[in-house]
Amino acid sequence: MGVRSWIEGWPVYRQLTGTDPLGRGTAAESAGSRALTARTDTADSMARSVCPYCAVGCGQRVYVKDGQVSQIEGDPDSPISRGRLCPKGAASKSLVTSPLRQTTVRYRRPYGTEWEDLDLDTALNMIADRVLAARDETWEDVDAEGRPLNRTLGFSSLGGATLDNEENYLIKKLFTAMGALQIENQARI
Amino acid sequence: MAEAHPVGFQWVMEAKRRGAKVFHIDPRFTRTSALADSYLPIRAGSDIALLGGVIRYILDNELDFREYVVAYTNAATIVTEEYADTEDMHGLFSGFNDDNATYDQSSWRYEGHTQAATTQDSETQRETAAGLENESHGAPVGGETERDETLQHPRCVYQILKRHYARYTPEMVERVCGIPQEKFLELAQAWTENSGRDRTGMLVYSVGWTQHSVGVQYIRTGAIIQLLLGNVGRPGGGVMALRGHASIQGSTDIPTLFNLLPGYLPMPHHANHPTLAKWVDSIAHPGQKGFWGNARTYGVNLLKAYWGAAATADNDYCYGYLPRMTGDHGTYQQVLDMIDGKIKGYFLLGQNPAVGSAHGRAQRLGMANLDWLVVRDLFMIESATFWQNAPEIETGEIMPAECRTEVFFLPAASHVEKEGTFTQTQRLLQWREKAVEPPGDARSELWFFYHLGRVIRERLATSTRPRDRALLDLAWDYPTHGPHAEPSAEAVLLEINGYDVTSGRPLASFTEMKDDGSTAGGCWIYTGVYADGVNQAARRKPGAEQSLVAPEWGWAWPANRRILYNRASADPDGNPWSERKRYVWWDAEKGEWTGYDVPDFEKTKPPSYRPEHGASGVAGIAGDDPFILQGDGKGWLYAPTGVLDGPLPTHYEPVESPVRNPLYRQQANPTRKVYTHPINTLNPSPPEPYSQVFPFVFTVSRLTEHHTAGGMSRTVSPLAELQPEMFVEVSPELAVGRGLTHLGWAHLVTARAAIEARVLVTDRLTPLRVDGRIIHQVWLPYHFGFEGLVTGDSANDLFGISLDPNVLIQESKVGTCDVRPGRRPTGPALLDLVADYQRRAGITPGQHAPAVTEDNEGKEHGAS
Ligand code: SF4
Repeated sequence: MGVRSWIEGWPVYRQLTGTDPLGRGTAAESAGSRALTARTDTADSMARSVCPYCAVGCGQRVYVKDGQVSQIEGDPDSPISRGRLCPKGAASKSLVTSPLRQTTVRYRRPYGTEWEDLDLDTALNMIADRVLAARDETWEDVDAEGRPLNRTLGFSSLGGATLDNEENYLIKKLFTAMGALQIENQARI
Repeated sequence: MAEAHPVGFQWVMEAKRRGAKVFHIDPRFTRTSALADSYLPIRAGSDIALLGGVIRYILDNELDFREYVVAYTNAATIVTEEYADTEDMHGLFSGFNDDNATYDQSSWRYEGHTQAATTQDSETQRETAAGLENESHGAPVGGETERDETLQHPRCVYQILKRHYARYTPEMVERVCGIPQEKFLELAQAWTENSGRDRTGMLVYSVGWTQHSVGVQYIRTGAIIQLLLGNVGRPGGGVMALRGHASIQGSTDIPTLFNLLPGYLPMPHHANHPTLAKWVDSIAHPGQKGFWGNARTYGVNLLKAYWGAAATADNDYCYGYLPRMTGDHGTYQQVLDMIDGKIKGYFLLGQNPAVGSAHGRAQRLGMANLDWLVVRDLFMIESATFWQNAPEIETGEIMPAECRTEVFFLPAASHVEKEGTFTQTQRLLQWREKAVEPPGDARSELWFFYHLGRVIRERLATSTRPRDRALLDLAWDYPTHGPHAEPSAEAVLLEINGYDVTSGRPLASFTEMKDDGSTAGGCWIYTGVYADGVNQAARRKPGAEQSLVAPEWGWAWPANRRILYNRASADPDGNPWSERKRYVWWDAEKGEWTGYDVPDFEKTKPPSYRPEHGASGVAGIAGDDPFILQGDGKGWLYAPTGVLDGPLPTHYEPVESPVRNPLYRQQANPTRKVYTHPINTLNPSPPEPYSQVFPFVFTVSRLTEHHTAGGMSRTVSPLAELQPEMFVEVSPELAVGRGLTHLGWAHLVTARAAIEARVLVTDRLTPLRVDGRIIHQVWLPYHFGFEGLVTGDSANDLFGISLDPNVLIQESKVGTCDVRPGRRPTGPALLDLVADYQRRAGITPGQHAPAVTEDNEGKEHGAS
């Protein structure tokens, strides 16, 4: 290595003489880091998304490589967040790719002491059975004065503030058609 | 705000850079305090006294923005002489009914008005949280009022306000809140100086204001100040709620709530809403001014969206299919009903009440007494494993082999594995694109509920029972796609938006809705989100390429309007109040309202417009009445109806407080919602005896690094690592007093539970001098539970259940407790400790203080 390239290899020299006076870009590169590429550059696709935590609604860009989320970054285009994410938003990739995520249905039978496996379709049908049975057993046609009630107070639901509007819409529509009034979410809490 | 909504806080910093003064009021010094110009420590639960002090300061010094106040608020409106104020009634208003602890609101009305015939009685309003309907429109009042624009009439709202807040002096603020007078005056002066044609001030709050037995009145007090200072409907003004979940606003607009239908239409009540016509009249109030005159249209469109072709004029659009409320069916009533064995099944959809709701033990015992429970979540949360790992296992209250609850855990899709809209805290809808497929059995709620509905409808296909018609006639044909038959979220959004039934053309605005069944729309306030067949919520024009209002990023309800009531940003003649605060104004040449935002006014109604006598609906709103959803077009300093605990906010002590109310004989909110269930035991407060058994005030809030009940943060390694352990912050003085050591253990005891936490001794908390004595406050994060990467006792276990009467939100920002050094006992000894405290405090289970506080001499209330 010649003296000249040795000096040019020195970050402070590049910072003082080059186009990166703050030393936060090219001046700070080493041979190793120069060879790296950002996951955002090599992604197959990018989806425009929104942080799932609080209601500030920071914009996110979700980068995908080989069908997996490879990176989640703040969206600089967002007039709300201007590219920033707080520790929670910045942990979104860890959230969606967490090894602790449950990806199969789990079932605990009455008086059971362990979880068991259950097929998703079976679970859906068992739940439908229970909903219909609870509805039938607790159905109220009319009140004591004969005024319509059309309802069941036999089961209830809690949740919605972390869900999409479209999801809340279907939940409310189905519950209302079933006569199931008892539906609540974090907005009450 | 810097802690819990950090990225939103950048705008506070921008404002500060431009010269704004930032005040932070909080029981605990936080990152927000560190960056504010001034920090005011406050006793938790005393904010109305502080804000009432500011109101008094404004009125006493005549510092209100008089032109705005006279023209745009109800300050000049005269109130009937039947009205009696808390000043004369020891802290109660006229009309209190001892039998059911509610007010007859009729004596609060405007002069010359009769109480609207369709107004429900106050008890029904409380049971059904009717106050929530007012999120999109004011409570019903007639439009024509008697006014004294000199504000001198002794019964005009301005003078009533002045009398009501006369005792909220700086000395009283100091006595109640523990805020030194100089600090208070610095705040009051800065706030009022920043008012007028050229300047506005903004008020920002979060659940520290709402989770109280007087939560709604907290916000009302803030709104009164903002109206007096002319800070509503103007840029840089407003009362801004920072909400805590990605789409908690959306889940109120399109409610998964028992008492509402989409767009703040009430769920029918069995006695008051027997027919479509009666239901509509109860919303529209025939003869009332404002946009709610069209309630029939919104209602018919919803029914048409629900029941499609089956909904016709002949059958009242299937109105008869709607279930009816008979009272309180809210989440806390449900939990008590679970404990009592009245409820068989429970769905939990991305929510973890075992940790996140007040009185965690009641939540867990309720779940342990179900037939079945369906938990849909990303992670194995406490609410799914209570039968295995709850603290009640150790105490022997839940035994797995004896717990019959059948539990289905169904994995959910994450926010990047499905598409749809979130509505963020400023009513802005943002569409998310789907990035990847959900793993394994994980599915969206859209998938789960669509297919659950499909299976249920198939099961009932041959049914002839009347009760099944609502399910069989339901419009439930959503297109599906992909390997799992995922329903189309865009198709659902289009239905929410509304469409022409014949052509399918998406509606551009709710003004295009018809009440004859020719249009259908699932949530009228969201109409326009699919205008021109374009998903407006998916718009992503970069902020840097737009005006400050950024109207082409997402879509805000209603009508993509970013500031509500923005007609108030112009003076009564329609001109901007000042160049600096120019926002929306009347263009006389073009004969229309124009500006940077979508004007919140009929586009071509001139400022000079005056309604004819007796005009109702929109035509009844004058050209200089900006508050178009209020019956009288005015911003309400005084609420002549609709707020169940009084027309004016009044300081009441929290349900659990170590001090006697220094302002009135009445101790706590007399109309609060009380549950006298044996599990719901409350600590005594003065003037009841033994309150000193629980001498300290505790409050809870969020850490930057965790989210709510921890289901999305204690399970995520970087976040868990940043905040690994449950802790309690105590002042150095309290640490000395109670023998607590930094990083050692302490446990906190209430009449419900004892929990333990690591001790953090810090001057972020400071003892306050309240009513002549020192009050210690402690602070806890409420995120911890027994599952996840990092675990700890749950702060919410400490709370009992007491609710605000207007919206049935629980008081979970303040309570009383004892603090002791060391770890808590385990097993049955834990129950013994709590029982011992109950005994020492003279508590019988389920006991509650009387609604109306008798004074020490036992005098009757009202006899002044
Ligand atoms: S990044 Fe932080 S501030 Fe932004 S929405 Fe997410 S949680 Fe809220």
